[in-house]
Amino acid sequence: MRAELEIIKQWIKPGSHLLDLGCGQGELLSYLAEHKDISGYGLEINSEDISACIKAGVNVIQQDLNSGLTNFSDNSFDVVLMTQALQTVRRPDMVLDEMLRVGKESIITFPNFGHWRARGYLAFRGKMPVSKFLPYTWYNTPNIHFCTFNDFEKLCRQKNIHILERTVVDSQHRDHWWVRLWPNMLGEIAIYRVTK
Amino acid sequence: MPATIPEDSVGLVEPQTLHFDQPLALACGRTLPCYDLVVETYGELNADASNAVLICHALSGHHHVAGYHSMDDRKPGWWDSAVGPGKPIDTNHFFVVGLNNLGGCHGSTGPSSINPETGDLYGPDFPMVTVKDWVVSQALLADRLGINCWAAIVGGSLGGMQAIQWSIDYPERLKHCLAIASASKLSAQNIAFNEVARQAISKDPGFHQGRYREQGTIPKRGLMLARMVGHITYLSEDSMGDKFGRDLRKGKLSYDFDADFEVESYLRYQGEVFSESFDANSYLLMTKALDYYDPASDCDDDLSQALSPAKCQFLVVSFTTDWRFAPQRSREIVNALVAARKSVDYAEIEAPQGHDAFLIPIPRYMDVFNAYMGRVLSTIPALEVDNAS
Repeated sequence: MRAELEIIKQWIKPGSHLLDLGCGQGELLSYLAEHKDISGYGLEINSEDISACIKAGVNVIQQDLNSGLTNFSDNSFDVVLMTQALQTVRRPDMVLDEMLRVGKESIITFPNFGHWRARGYLAFRGKMPVSKFLPYTWYNTPNIHFCTFNDFEKLCRQKNIHILERTVVDSQHRDHWWVRLWPNMLGEIAIYRVTK
Repeated sequence: MPATIPEDSVGLVEPQTLHFDQPLALACGRTLPCYDLVVETYGELNADASNAVLICHALSGHHHVAGYHSMDDRKPGWWDSAVGPGKPIDTNHFFVVGLNNLGGCHGSTGPSSINPETGDLYGPDFPMVTVKDWVVSQALLADRLGINCWAAIVGGSLGGMQAIQWSIDYPERLKHCLAIASASKLSAQNIAFNEVARQAISKDPGFHQGRYREQGTIPKRGLMLARMVGHITYLSEDSMGDKFGRDLRKGKLSYDFDADFEVESYLRYQGEVFSESFDANSYLLMTKALDYYDPASDCDDDLSQALSPAKCQFLVVSFTTDWRFAPQRSREIVNALVAARKSVDYAEIEAPQGHDAFLIPIPRYMDVFNAYMGRVLSTIPALEVDNAS
């Protein structure tokens, strides 16, 4: 988490107005408020996480991402963020459209299903991958739309979404030279900065 | 009756009456020459008067928010679940003020008071009061109590409307606004329910154009009906189902028009109790104040614009089965605050109890309430502990 925050921090201009989708306990917004003097809101549906945000002084709004962002007007945020939640929404493509409607740009992070370990798990064991990082089995996982980096980038091309920056890291959010050589095989998490 | 006072209660409390001599100009164009406000306070005001919390009451509420007036009281104040030592509005840390609003019938100047200009009861001549007027009178009360800026103003339902109005009219005088199960304006359906209540009262033969007291009577049936209709709308279908189902009072149908079902006798009882404790003219006034409230109407129906003067932080809370002040109404407030870039937290509490949920200590609700009040507390200096002894 820490390393991911560091990477995202570099992409946020001081004083930005942000919307964080699936903000959890508000770590990212707290961190950016401390270091970048940002304003904004987190959206969350988990009740414990909402209480934790309120306690921490993070502005949190209870809202289900699957119902859209229709209550926010066009370009009302500098950046709309979504860390590790794209694969959990019912229609990631529509959420992506909405993010780039209400925000001038978006930062998205998600796990890579094309990582060699996931490929190996499915190829050799014939089962959906279960790992320390993705500990769920197929029937109870909140991750209902896994994709690979290549899948995501193809979707961006189809929607004319420009990828401004991409950082690919391992599950500890470390950046390795060999990951950069073959990201879709060796990278575990990607952090994208995109715009329309 | 409490055999002993519970530890998390503010204990035995006493209301006090404050008299205001300065005339109060009202939104309706009329002026109250002078008036009384009845208040109760709990906890201690700190040295710089920064720990004060104002509780605004809803339609049938009053100044008696928490604790007991005597050991013979059947029930504590109306929001005892939220106010007391260790409760969300923690009287170990906060100085809490509850009042009865103008136009009410629990001691503050209202239709059952004497009009000093005529020497007679005000009755139906009491001027129409609005949420804005109440907020002005509450600000004058704050002056009297030496409170320049409230740590928080808290209200449910109609009380939430007052808290919101404070943030617009006196942005410098509150740090936090908590609007619970509230709305920025009533819907047509909501106004319709209030109109049924008013018609029930004013068409009662005992109403006498509001001069019932001079006739030695009250419009009891009208008040009962008004409360029965209201009460139904404060509960959800599920909560009524859980509480009463189709249970029969005598175990079998009576084949007459007496109350067969438990829910019928419950409503009759609630109506009966209410009709004996609430003034009909006050009820008419309070429901009108609800209907009239719409701060956006001053700003081309742009609520975000109306809220733009606010400087405080907001907590908005709604309850899933509340259909009188539905979650959608709270979301309208939240969306307007977001558009105005104000600090706001919003929680939608899963609760079967309907509108009444805001008075019930539902664990997740109390969790959110505690978390937020903890945040309010974190910015004010602690009460000085008396170490003299």
